[in-house]
Amino acid sequence: MRAYERLQAARDAERPTARAYIERLFSERTELHGDRKYADDPAVIGGIGLLGEIPVTFIGIERGRNLEERIQCRFGCPMPEGYRKALRLMKQAEKFSRPVICFVDTSGAFCGEDAEERGQGQAIADNLMQMMALKTPIITIVIGEGGSGGALGLSVANRVYMLENAVFSVISPEGCASILWEDAKLAADAAECLHITAEDMTEFGVAEDMIPEDFAHFSRMCESLKERLVLDLKGYSRTPGEKLAEERYQRFRKLGRWAE
Amino acid sequence: MNNIVGLFRKSRNVLEKGGITPVVEEKMRCPSCKSYETKRAVAKNKMVCPNCGHHYRIGARTRVKALFDRDSFQELFANIATVDPLEFPGYAEKMERGRAVSGETEGVLCGTAAIRRQPCAVFIMEPQFMMGSMGSVVGEKIARLFEYAEENQLPVVGFTASGGARMQEGILSLMQMAKVSGTVGKHGENGGLYITVLTDPTTGGVTASFAMLGDIILSEPKATIGFAGRRVVEQTTKKKLPEDFQSAEFLLQHGFVDVIVPRNEMRQTLERLLRQHGGKGAML
Ligand SMILES: [Zn+2]
Repeated sequence: MRAYERLQAARDAERPTARAYIERLFSERTELHGDRKYADDPAVIGGIGLLGEIPVTFIGIERGRNLEERIQCRFGCPMPEGYRKALRLMKQAEKFSRPVICFVDTSGAFCGEDAEERGQGQAIADNLMQMMALKTPIITIVIGEGGSGGALGLSVANRVYMLENAVFSVISPEGCASILWEDAKLAADAAECLHITAEDMTEFGVAEDMIPEDFAHFSRMCESLKERLVLDLKGYSRTPGEKLAEERYQRFRKLGRWAE
Repeated sequence: MNNIVGLFRKSRNVLEKGGITPVVEEKMRCPSCKSYETKRAVAKNKMVCPNCGHHYRIGARTRVKALFDRDSFQELFANIATVDPLEFPGYAEKMERGRAVSGETEGVLCGTAAIRRQPCAVFIMEPQFMMGSMGSVVGEKIARLFEYAEENQLPVVGFTASGGARMQEGILSLMQMAKVSGTVGKHGENGGLYITVLTDPTTGGVTASFAMLGDIILSEPKATIGFAGRRVVEQTTKKKLPEDFQSAEFLLQHGFVDVIVPRNEMRQTLERLLRQHGGKGAML
């Protein structure tokens, strides 16, 4: 499939949202709310649960499963308090040595007057810096759209997985086309030029691996995802927190291409 | 000291040939208060309108001249060069134009400099180079500067001016946000002081990373600072935004900027802050 078709697939309203993965992957869940500073953002869900026998902190950007939910969580566009809530749960996970599993699915952080007033940029920036130094494993799975800084705010992980049709992009292809070519209809071309597919991400070192999609057999798909995550976490279990942070840092430190 | 009138002298000969007034005596019209001042008067005032205080955007090297001890600036990492990793249509031409307009090879100038003999590591983003957008090279140069500062126990003073991540390098540009934030964190963990100076405009991915991570965040007056572009916000909210939306004053009011410092007071403000953090190294 071409990049733009992948993007359409990633945005498909029928596609399972973060909540569906969380319900399938983790048992004995307690959902936690609020950033302890301003509000609870329904676009970012999070809590504690068991992955097999391992207690973990899960955090996901939720697009909503029906229209009512979608409006409530602004179609999966987090507010600053969403990022601050995520960071609070991650620091809590670090304190109790729990691994963190993040699910990313957003067209981007919310663009609004209130979001700017409450420091959308500052909230994301803080997540990037603090996640980089977190002394517990972080695994991020991009399950749909990985839209720009709003997606990056939950993606500073030790490992990043991309679902087969998930995409990750610095800007929406529509936005790119309208800025560069003053024509949002050229989004398909922009999608191609921007290199946003799961294969592109593994090539650039932005993602470790691609996860095949099989939504017709969603339980089976989640079962194998669960096995993979358990295996990853077992692999991390003997690594000291400092080293996990250092590995994460090195993973990002080398990203980019230049000549010298 | 710190006179930048030379900024306008470069083109003097060309203009004088035709018997025109020396360029420094030419008048320029302030876009804010519409008053006419000679270029010399504006340049002497560090490119701030003597009448209303409008801060003109200035290039990175002009800022070096206006701010740091004479001849103290030593450039670092100038050898890191841009490639076109995605072979993005039109990128090579845009780079070429950026070079021609700004006289720089990329969107950030890095190095060491001194303010009243207090050394610091500095990065200054170049608004004239593709709007100071951040691709792999901008990210790598700033990341190395923080590492250099950490190794050499130097404080970092960074001037931001950017339209955000550079879309022509796709996801690699986005990843620079995380990469640089990581180096900021390490420098800070080891006691390093980082002072950010937000200048017009600081938006997008730069705001959502190292611009907002300073121990102390200063801003030039009236600078536009934000995450989403004003137009995008207006489209989403379908309402007209207040005039001062995303201005430095707006950010100060909402608690995201420590102090607004006019350009004419920037040198003494930085001098004072560096001194109060332990003088030379500004480190424990
Ligand atoms: Zn004026």
